[in-house]
Amino acid sequence: MPLTELTAYQLAQQIKTRKISCREVTNEFLSRIEEVEPRVKAFVTVLPDEARRRADLLDKRLAGGEDIGLLGGVPVAVKDLICTRGIRTTCSSKMLENFVPPYDAHVAERLAVEGAVNIGKANMDEFAMGSSTENSAFFPTRNPWNLNCVPGGSSGGSTAAVAAQEAPLALGSDTGGSIRQPAAYCGCVGLKPTYGLVSRYGLIAFASSLDQIGPIANDVRDSALLLQAIAGYDRRDSTSINRAVPDYLASLTGDVKGLRIGVPKEFFVQGVESYVVDAVRAAIDKLCELGAEAVEVSMPSAEYALATYYIIAPSEASSNLARYDGVQYGLRVAEPGDDIIAMYSKTRAAGFGHEVQHRIMIGTHALSSGFYDAYYLKAQKVRTLIRRDFEKAFSQCDVLATPTAPTVAFEIGSKTNDPFSMKLADVCTIPVNMAGLPAISLPCGFQNNLPIGLQLIGNLLDESTLFRAAHAYEQATEWHKQRAVVEKS
Amino acid sequence: MSKYEIVIGMEVHAELLTESKQFCGCANVAVAPPNTHVCPVCLGFPGSLPVLNEKSVELSLRTVLAFDSKINKHTIFERKNYFYPDLPKAYQISQRLFTLGEGGCVEIDVAGQDGQVQTKRVGLSDVHMEEDTGKSQHGEAIGDPDSSLVDFNRAGIPLLEIVSAPDMRSIEEAESYMATLRQVLLYLEVSDCKMELGRLRFEASVSLRPFGQEEYGTRVEVKNLNSMKAVRDSLRAEIERQTKILDSGGKVQQQTMLWDEASGTTQPMRSKEQAHDYRYFPEPDLVPIEIDNAWLDRVRAAMPELPRARRQRFQTDYGLSAYDAEILTSTRDIASYYEAALENYNNPKTISNWVANELLGRLNAENKDIIASPVRPTQLRDLVKLIDDGTISGKIAKEVFDEMFMEGRDAILIVREKGLGQISDTSEIEAICQRVIEANPKAVEDYKGGKERSFAALVGGVMKETRGRANPALVNELLKKQLS
Repeated sequence: MPLTELTAYQLAQQIKTRKISCREVTNEFLSRIEEVEPRVKAFVTVLPDEARRRADLLDKRLAGGEDIGLLGGVPVAVKDLICTRGIRTTCSSKMLENFVPPYDAHVAERLAVEGAVNIGKANMDEFAMGSSTENSAFFPTRNPWNLNCVPGGSSGGSTAAVAAQEAPLALGSDTGGSIRQPAAYCGCVGLKPTYGLVSRYGLIAFASSLDQIGPIANDVRDSALLLQAIAGYDRRDSTSINRAVPDYLASLTGDVKGLRIGVPKEFFVQGVESYVVDAVRAAIDKLCELGAEAVEVSMPSAEYALATYYIIAPSEASSNLARYDGVQYGLRVAEPGDDIIAMYSKTRAAGFGHEVQHRIMIGTHALSSGFYDAYYLKAQKVRTLIRRDFEKAFSQCDVLATPTAPTVAFEIGSKTNDPFSMKLADVCTIPVNMAGLPAISLPCGFQNNLPIGLQLIGNLLDESTLFRAAHAYEQATEWHKQRAVVEKS
Repeated sequence: MSKYEIVIGMEVHAELLTESKQFCGCANVAVAPPNTHVCPVCLGFPGSLPVLNEKSVELSLRTVLAFDSKINKHTIFERKNYFYPDLPKAYQISQRLFTLGEGGCVEIDVAGQDGQVQTKRVGLSDVHMEEDTGKSQHGEAIGDPDSSLVDFNRAGIPLLEIVSAPDMRSIEEAESYMATLRQVLLYLEVSDCKMELGRLRFEASVSLRPFGQEEYGTRVEVKNLNSMKAVRDSLRAEIERQTKILDSGGKVQQQTMLWDEASGTTQPMRSKEQAHDYRYFPEPDLVPIEIDNAWLDRVRAAMPELPRARRQRFQTDYGLSAYDAEILTSTRDIASYYEAALENYNNPKTISNWVANELLGRLNAENKDIIASPVRPTQLRDLVKLIDDGTISGKIAKEVFDEMFMEGRDAILIVREKGLGQISDTSEIEAICQRVIEANPKAVEDYKGGKERSFAALVGGVMKETRGRANPALVNELLKKQLS
């Protein structure tokens, strides 16, 4: 079996026991990238020299008898909105095309401490705004299962890289589904952790109260492994939760006896394709076969989540993205004689793509005096209602099972003129961000050789139960063993 | 006398005396080469996040308590959004809805109609925390007419904004308000209040209305005031401007004016810079601040006695006049100096004279702060003791004090070394009197002839010989004896 088909967990084990070297592993993935990247286009920046140098260093440390960490020698693709010191971090935007952060994000530091090898910066929808990675200012990424289809988004580069075996692991970020939806489209395991579990320090903000970094992997064990490496308190993020991180790998017991699975009926209507409903229902049945029990729950406020999200996220974004003004860093467009206002306008008109400008305008409007109460304040109230719905649901069950996305991956360009239908792709994932809960997406079937995603939603800080349920399901099925076949270019 | 009543409100920005900035670890310094105290957080780099400096909340709480404002125990930061090159994130972390303090007042002294000093309460509308911005410099100031540069050292320094109600009715009241506020902030050690460095900044809002009219006139804000003098002068100019408009039947426009020191006038700000919709919303990168009673108790326990209370106490406890008490409480350091000098020696009146006249006079002349006084409180006390126990006369004491001030040495050492101690030895003084009588036969004759003034000349002679050290009472007594 080629090294690129091993899981991250297996790679780390084999490196640790010196069966293979970090250099070999890195080289294998770099050649795989060379082979398939021209077709998949998962990366904004590939880091062959840095990755090899790092692998050599790790090999040396390993030879010196050192413990090189949980991810010792394992390549990781990093979504290009996570700041990496000395390595350009673009957010797939012209605005930051040449931005080289002078510091590492907390998760980048964690990866370094745990011995990971940053193999490249993954493509995404510009500033994480989108569900298809078509909004990248540079190029769209393709779905490894079908190169004519989108990989989902916004972390589409990260999930495509994992699905195409260009990296065994990737980091994504999830504001309304940006890890889980592309994970579903690419047949990966994608987790959005509890808000505050992973530090946002160095994550270039889209919507601060919703953004969360999470792992993308080929199976549940790898997902748990990567979360283990990045989770934990960081005093540089005031919203970071100061609590001991549990041993996630220990939760992979395979035992779901007595686990109560809530099935919120509101997630199975309105635009959710029947093949998705069937696959998810079948997955729930499977879990019941394994000893879990299903309970129907109701989440009456969930239907307002999408509308609420499109107030809160753009509002925060309009403020977060205001700093890109051409003054200190990033793009500046100005002609001699321009005043400051002209410089702002030209810079922002040239630096931001259409979707980003669109959302900045929505957010600016929603926060405007005279509209604030009707939009932002109201949205925050609905958010509270959604949170309460979840609280109520979790008094009746341990995890919720829903579809991750209403469909499988769609064709590139097919929805670019239909923004509303594009946004419906996130209808099942958004309520989770509203409530700050953890949720995982894992493959539960195929339609036209395109993966379908099962979403399991957990209670606050209860990632362990999510992993336990997801792992049990995965062990009882074969979906995760199927790999996308990308013809070499 | 004008037909119009003056209505003034004040907005004060005070940079807080924390070691580091409000949301990052950079040093809070007023003077440094440009952009030497900056980091990704205060520069607003992508991905950076603010972390609240608790000390800034503590200093703010001190102020809120001092002015008796209502404390919002559950308070949040909000984002105030606007574009400006010196605002690195294009929003300022500030407070609007749930400000730290609401209401309260500043008690100021004003001259009443009968010329007596009266106390007036100037209400506060809110006291809130926010971060400072950077500083832009344009054109000629940086040697290039076509460019602008920004210094971000100031960006992120914690600010306290204190907004008053429109309760002041004259420029004098506004001045008294500013002086009182400044004094309290200094007492609280909340800010160093250095206006020349922009550590304390005032903005005024002014309107006029006919006497007797209840509703306020149209309000004009005046900015760019970097000294007390600028506030005074700009208010005068703005009141004059509005008076002229109203007198000629015109209407005052609601706008923001900038004080132009050179022309001595207020000039309207460009309208582009005026019409802001700040789009406030809760800062999602920070968690709400919960102020519990334990925290408040800790802050209360660390509160110093405030100037007004201390002034009162100095009058009642030490019998000082209102005037002396005011001088001795003008700063916390002077008051503490005075009380340190009083310790273990109960002569508040004399010590007050020495501190208020001699010491402060010398310090002012040399532009020194009392903290840097070469004469320590205990040394000043010992000097007064030497006077009181007759070792030296008041006149000699001034000479000794000069030496102490220059050399920082103890009074007793100077007295001994220079032989300045009073001569009270009868036989020694007798001998000197004898010599003086012999040397001045004319004066002796005149005295005996009834000219009392000649006696003074003889006393002067003795004092001259002893360089003033002879005990004056003894000299009088012995001279008279010898002349009779």
